[in-house]
Amino acid sequence: MADKPLTVAVLSGKGGTGKTLVSVNLAAAAGDAVYLDCDVEEPNGHLFFKPEAAEEETVAVKIPQIDAALCTACRKCVEFCAFHALAFTGNHPMLFDEVCHSCGGCALLCPAKAIWETDKDVGTVSSGVSGGVNVFTGKLNIGEASGIAVIKRLLSKIPKSGNRPVFIDCPPGSACAVMESIQDADFCVLVAEPTIFGAHNLAMVYELVSLFHKPFGAVLNKCQTGENPSEAFCAEHRIPILGRIPFDAELGALNSDGRIAARESERYHALFGSLLEQIGKEARHETASDFKR
Amino acid sequence: MKQLLILSGKGGTGKTTIAGAFIFLSKAKACADCDVDAPNLHLISHPSRPPERADYFGMPKARIDSDKCIGCGDCLSHCRFDAIEAGTSFRVKPFACEGCGVCAAVCPAGAISMEPAVAGELSLYREDSRVFSTAKLVMGSGTSGKLVTEVKKRMASAAENAELAVIDGSPGIGCPVIASISGVDMVLIVAEPSLSGISDMERIVKTAETFRTKTVVCVNKADVNPAKTEEIRTFCGENRIPFAGVIPFDPEAVKAVNSGKSIAEADCPSGQAVRSVYGKVMNLLSGGETI
Repeated sequence: MADKPLTVAVLSGKGGTGKTLVSVNLAAAAGDAVYLDCDVEEPNGHLFFKPEAAEEETVAVKIPQIDAALCTACRKCVEFCAFHALAFTGNHPMLFDEVCHSCGGCALLCPAKAIWETDKDVGTVSSGVSGGVNVFTGKLNIGEASGIAVIKRLLSKIPKSGNRPVFIDCPPGSACAVMESIQDADFCVLVAEPTIFGAHNLAMVYELVSLFHKPFGAVLNKCQTGENPSEAFCAEHRIPILGRIPFDAELGALNSDGRIAARESERYHALFGSLLEQIGKEARHETASDFKR
Repeated sequence: MKQLLILSGKGGTGKTTIAGAFIFLSKAKACADCDVDAPNLHLISHPSRPPERADYFGMPKARIDSDKCIGCGDCLSHCRFDAIEAGTSFRVKPFACEGCGVCAAVCPAGAISMEPAVAGELSLYREDSRVFSTAKLVMGSGTSGKLVTEVKKRMASAAENAELAVIDGSPGIGCPVIASISGVDMVLIVAEPSLSGISDMERIVKTAETFRTKTVVCVNKADVNPAKTEEIRTFCGENRIPFAGVIPFDPEAVKAVNSGKSIAEADCPSGQAVRSVYGKVMNLLSGGETI
């Protein structure tokens, strides 16, 4: 197992609980690491890392192109398209590319070979370096519906070998984009905040990681005195708590200015360092028990 | 019916908290939670009766009949979603399948059928003359945009005579957000004064512009970073986006939410501030040109 890097996905269900805070600071505390921002609708990790020597590549999907001169108006493509991306207007089909899922079915089935596929740009993946961290950022173009193609390209950047840990900053929610992001992860970190909203959405991602049989633990963020519904949920479901991040003005100020606490504050370097250690322990423990099974 | 949608781009800026306050203050007859990936508004609307539930069918899923399968692999080579698994026999990965039907179309043995699949559960609450529509996507499903459209349809048809609808949106700028913007009269963007918050606000503003929807911005937790709050105010001025005011960070807000109340019900600084934001937004929504 030593030649495959440890891949940690950070997710939360609810938005704004601190996924980016945790994943950016874990990568920074690790020093020599890989960071992937899979929240392609609203990527923020790069604002903290400010990577140098950034290179950008575009991500495209296939969309059909229709030659009206060759079209025999048989309507097979329109009838086939499960996403209603093709509609018959006048005497040939018209494409609504924003709902096209790039399945290729229309081009495949057209008996007159009047449809072929061309590329449409939907986003970008950029890579750069910040300290010892390789930073990969996916960005969905505005107005595009699905970031899955961008996320897939990002995940293809995960090194297949070596021992630098990989941190995946996931999108919020529990829909397809999140599942895509955690598929390759060895361990999931669930970040939760101390509200009933936080606990309710923690329950959702708890269900998701259980469904995928991923080993996981929770990080409680924005901890204040008083009740913490997320902590109560963890206790009830025996979810290991990997660490607690206090609600703290210093951290709030650093973070809202786009600065990395683990690099600028000794206290936070120590906090995320020990969180990292805890994740390593849990992940090894889980892999070991996997072998026993 | 005038529809007000609350969005933020970035998650956790306070959409649901502010939606809850707006519903309390306006006594809106229609409301909806369109964050079907992670719905929360029902937690502070405490309905007394169980909702009318309905299954939501998303895209169908392919199923391979192993008795008919001849093992040619045509399905695997044509699937663009890596949803076919080869092993001793071919199998569909249900989470990866998007329901396009290409595999069923190319299968020479007629072994693949497209089966209906439940992708979410719709809930409609009726309380006196008020209606609250929401839904929960089945874990890992991918058709949240269509489910959002369904949530809004159910709200509109159950509350035909409502003058105002308050709709809580989801984070991001993709499919569920686009579906929630369609048809609304105005979008209130709840921004957060941080580098991330500003970057995300700019992307959601552009998204709303793409659909030519009127937008207004307010800043939540404004005092956490006053300089960034000013940056947002300036951005709005430069882009001629009405600015509806600021709401301070307030520990009482967390307490109100955790006791299932809206911040407007509690006597606290954030509750007072949200009243002022509410007045300005309603004035704009009813046709006022300036704030």
